[in-house]
Amino acid sequence: MRKLAGLLFIVLFYSACKFNDGNKTTLPIYGNRDAVTKTVDGKTVVDTVYQTIPPFNFINQYGDSITEKSVKGDIYVADFFFTTCPSICPVMHRNMLKIYNDFKNVSDFKILSHTIDPKHDSVEVLKKYADKLGVSGNTWWFLQGKKAETYQLGEKNYLIAVKQDDGAAGGYVHQGWFVLVDKQRRIRGYYDGTDEKQVDKLIADIKTLRTETDEQIAQ
Amino acid sequence: MKLKIITLSLILLTMIVSCQSQDQLEFKRYYTSGSLIYQQRCQNCHGKNGEGLSALIPPLTDSVFLAANKQKLACFVKYGLNTEVVINGKKFEDQMPATDLTPVELAEVLTYVTNSFGNKMGTISAEQVNAHLQQCR
Ligand code: HEC
Repeated sequence: MRKLAGLLFIVLFYSACKFNDGNKTTLPIYGNRDAVTKTVDGKTVVDTVYQTIPPFNFINQYGDSITEKSVKGDIYVADFFFTTCPSICPVMHRNMLKIYNDFKNVSDFKILSHTIDPKHDSVEVLKKYADKLGVSGNTWWFLQGKKAETYQLGEKNYLIAVKQDDGAAGGYVHQGWFVLVDKQRRIRGYYDGTDEKQVDKLIADIKTLRTETDEQIAQ
Repeated sequence: MKLKIITLSLILLTMIVSCQSQDQLEFKRYYTSGSLIYQQRCQNCHGKNGEGLSALIPPLTDSVFLAANKQKLACFVKYGLNTEVVINGKKFEDQMPATDLTPVELAEVLTYVTNSFGNKMGTISAEQVNAHLQQCR
């Protein structure tokens, strides 16, 4: 099933690339889009409205409240994990650490790692995890919140599967996607966080996204 | 008489040579199977090069620790590990989960680990693993 999803993803990805052939340095914009007709200076114009990540409210490893306002004007990468995950999480965060080390001194960049096991992963547990991983400062936040809200955000907004399944190792099934979000909270890329090559691509794409001017962003 | 000595030493020589290559063959077999088991069951945590993960998961590069605990490695991997260990001078205190690997698979993966990442401890055989497993506490 994961293989199939991967294949679908690759196909999507390639078509997205083709779509952008004319301007190789632009990343695709994912998610649903709506055409909105509005009247500007008496003329009717059609505007495209892209799907964005809605407002949210979580607590980070320092016990601070983190909302969509905390990432205002930032590019960020989001993922879903839990500290006791024996399967893909260590690989994901070994790779995320690479991204963290590359961008930890960049002011408009953040990483948001949402725990899908908030019952076990308290603020203290997340702080200890961050310390042991070697993460400090305010570039990489480990977020805890209501389980239903985290799942909803993952499935409805980041559009990735985040499911509990007691048959799987560690009790949870989830995919190791890293989701790249731009300053307008639009999804600009999906990367398999367990694959070093895709993570290298993500690092390159973050650099590309950082060069996007406000004018391009406004479109 | 001379011929007899020559034949005898020739037989002896072949025995030694074939014996050695038997051992080498066994090592290769263990090591190759072990490398596959490592990729499937250990690499996510301990890393492609046995580098571990920060202070969360210890590296498998501490030859002194591995040699000192040779008799216990099978127990660690089979039943999991939840005590503090000091690896390359750093403390680790998280949990390694238990596995359902058979004694032969344990021998293979341990032979791989203890002969990769800069370690060189030779074959850990299934017989040894069976004996070590008797002593797990
Ligand atoms: C879920 C992550 C995880 C997996 C999978 C895992 N380990 Fe571990 N391993 C750990 C942790 C964490 C420790 C440290 C435990 C402690 O501090 O008590 C450890 C400790 C060890 C140690 C002793 C300390 C050292 O670094 O030498 C060995 C040997 C070892 N593991 C081998 C293996 C082998 C072989 C496999 C595959 C069959 C494996 N591990 C799979 C997490 C894991």
